Amino acid sequence: MRIDVNVLLGAYPFRRVPGTSPDAVLRAMDRVGVDLGWATHLPGLFWRDPGEGNAWLYETARREPRLRPVPAVHPGLPGWERMLAEAVAAGTPAVRCDPTFYGLDPAGPELRRLAGACGEAGKLLMLAVRLEDGRQRHPNDRAPELPAAALRALLRSHPGVRLLVTHADRSIVEEVHFGSTPAEAARIWWDICWIWGPPEDHLAMLLGTVGIERFVLGTGQPLRLPEASLAKLDLLDLDADQRALIERHNAGRAEGR
Amino acid sequence: MLIDVHAHFYTGRSSRADWRERNASRLSAGERVGITWHVASILGTWGRTSPTYFPSPADLTDANDALAALAREHPGRIRGYVAVNPNFTAHAEAEVRRGLAAGLVGIKLAASRRADDPLLDPIAALAREHEVPILHHIWQRRRGDVLGQEASDAVELGRLAARHPEVSFILAHIGGGGDWIHSLHAVHGLANVFVDLSGSGVDGGMLEACLAAVGAGRLLWGCDLTIDTGWAKLRYLAHILGPAELERVQWRNAAAIFPARAFPAD
Repeated sequence: MRIDVNVLLGAYPFRRVPGTSPDAVLRAMDRVGVDLGWATHLPGLFWRDPGEGNAWLYETARREPRLRPVPAVHPGLPGWERMLAEAVAAGTPAVRCDPTFYGLDPAGPELRRLAGACGEAGKLLMLAVRLEDGRQRHPNDRAPELPAAALRALLRSHPGVRLLVTHADRSIVEEVHFGSTPAEAARIWWDICWIWGPPEDHLAMLLGTVGIERFVLGTGQPLRLPEASLAKLDLLDLDADQRALIERHNAGRAEGR
Repeated sequence: MLIDVHAHFYTGRSSRADWRERNASRLSAGERVGITWHVASILGTWGRTSPTYFPSPADLTDANDALAALAREHPGRIRGYVAVNPNFTAHAEAEVRRGLAAGLVGIKLAASRRADDPLLDPIAALAREHEVPILHHIWQRRRGDVLGQEASDAVELGRLAARHPEVSFILAHIGGGGDWIHSLHAVHGLANVFVDLSGSGVDGGMLEACLAAVGAGRLLWGCDLTIDTGWAKLRYLAHILGPAELERVQWRNAAAIFPARAFPAD
């Protein structure tokens, strides 16, 4: 069983990306041997109410059980608690909130309330640091990248909050991990899609310094080639048990199973 | 055969204390991926005694010597570019001649002088004389000055390439960050500009766009600082290309623009 926690469905507004339909993403998952994908409704990230993409996402996941929905919750909109409750009732692996895309302070009161509510509900909260390299983004794509300080603040905002952060590079992982207590750092997981492999060997080093239990397989497909995250793993000297941690077990623990 | 046209190594004079580990990691990862030839450059001391993108003549001479020594140490695995700074014309010309005589197989230009500046013309003339390609560092769509570099974009490289149609130019790291769509538009009609696929970017749709812009005949495989992303692109290309086109990207295109016998068994 191989789980990709970072799958995006639907069109990207800032450039043409092939293969964004659920069928195409499933074919790509087959191509690289991914069994389950935690799926986000990508266009919704850019909507005023990102939650308006959730119904489509739930329906898509009902039709295709290999895709597990990660619905969006915008804590700046009245009634967001209903969306979180809906996700809890549906048994989603996580909910997501991308504050800089929504125009929210990533460590502000709305986010802290959402983090607290997720902590109370035992629901994993997913956030992306970025979706594209900052040097190539569309001139009108101006959402700031998620800062490490916000992640540290969210971890401290509630003792039960658990975070899954995608598209983080080495520096953010290190700043958050070593800027947190061990108990805080044990409540955050990182996908590997943006962490460099050899010859810089950032991923190999982080597995040793931060700990293999903190990392999960995520690809960011189809905005990114899913082959990249698998290639990173293939270039590491991992035994089967270690590989299984990254490819499935850590995701299960992040989810709270 | 698999040729990485965009590799780097470090030396004891580099700014990095971990230079041995990084060199060893490139070679060992290359073994796992199946890289037959790492075609590399060393940009002076990588900032230790002169800036990475404005290396001093003395640092370049040392770096080119170190690279030639690495190539001799790994005769079946490493080839090298002579790296020069066009602001020091006499040194650059002499260094190109000296490096190629020592067995290096191409010329590397980074970001010391804009690509369309006349100071690059004598270097391009030497490339033509010796029938070697020029790998040029590129910022994919330069919207202004880049900190620490006199970076060039594909339009600026295109002007140089148009002045020297018999020289093969390699547009560096299309996946290295920046607006690669802009670069592909810029080089579409320039038959002597080849696109190096290296860089950490693995954007969905980028390889299809490269193929649409310049075809498999002008793509060169490479890694630069991330072998994992290079391998990912290779795996995806194997999915979308037929065997003959894949071979062109893997090595045949490179073998055609580097000097004859640069890659034994090609």
